[in-house]
Amino acid sequence: MPLLYPLLVSTLLFAIGVYGVLARRNAILVLMGVELMLNAVNLNLVAFDTWHGDGLRSGQVLTLFVITIAAAEIGLGLAIVLRLFRLRAHVDVDRVRDLADREGAGPPEDVMVADEWADGADHARDLVDGSAERMGGGEHVDGADQARSTQPAGSGGQG
Amino acid sequence: MTAVRVLFLLLGVVAVGSALLVVTTRRVVHAALWLVVTLGALAGCYLLLTAELVAWVQVLIYVGAVVVLLVFALMLTRSPTAPVADLTTANAWFAGIVAVAVAGVVGTTLVAGFRGEVIDLAGASIGGAEAIGTAVFATWVLPFEVLSVLLLAALVGAIVLSTARARRRDREGIHDGVHDGEGSG
Repeated sequence: MPLLYPLLVSTLLFAIGVYGVLARRNAILVLMGVELMLNAVNLNLVAFDTWHGDGLRSGQVLTLFVITIAAAEIGLGLAIVLRLFRLRAHVDVDRVRDLADREGAGPPEDVMVADEWADGADHARDLVDGSAERMGGGEHVDGADQARSTQPAGSGGQG
Repeated sequence: MTAVRVLFLLLGVVAVGSALLVVTTRRVVHAALWLVVTLGALAGCYLLLTAELVAWVQVLIYVGAVVVLLVFALMLTRSPTAPVADLTTANAWFAGIVAVAVAGVVGTTLVAGFRGEVIDLAGASIGGAEAIGTAVFATWVLPFEVLSVLLLAALVGAIVLSTARARRRDREGIHDGVHDGEGSG
């Protein structure tokens, strides 16, 4: 079998994956495009392994490694996507523009769960407390109290 | 030999065609199902290229695990099963140009480099479980073990990402207890 057959199939698959990653708006469909690209690379590896025929089976073993890494990647990627969905109630990557470099960019408009943002304040307060206590001793306790008093008033009523 | 060639071309056409449907269909769930077809056709390609174990691992991990994960994610993000109009961006034409450019550059390079090369399938040894297992545990042990650490890290990361809110509640409870203790003392 000509070596070009698998190589051209994998080239087309990779290009289709690139299109999927760039053109799709749903984050899960973007991840599907990534999977297509990884599979194109796998086909290339297997084809070159069979063509080269070294005794170490480097291509096929590397394919197994890539499949494992792809499984880890999809697990983490979907965890991030679900977290995004919990925060925004959508997974549209075109509307997630918090880090966009724009003039006069205001706060994001479509935040659904407002207290998720209070997470950051709580977390910062915890960090301040923790570092104050870790630096230790009684003389830093009022520093920690001061840091606690600067917490947003809204989160004081919790618990 | 020609039968293998024809079969590979058929599987390649199926893989590429269903991959095109994955990135162009307007139904989100159908994209996941077309992805199954692509991955299955690729498993067939691996079988024809004598990579037997890789083919079965592909079926197990990709078709079995990854696609199920994707479908679960579609379910949890409440993706509609009806056709969605704006599933691709307005800049899809640019993505198409980039994809065609990628295919052109890579394809030209491969054709220039490997035209006329032939895979000797009759002389190739089958990459079954025994051969690949021997290779993994004789030569590639270190990357294999490193990979297990990577999987553990991914596992821990996924757990941390998905349980952040619950952990925050626990921490606040403990925190308030400490606070009360300070107030009384």
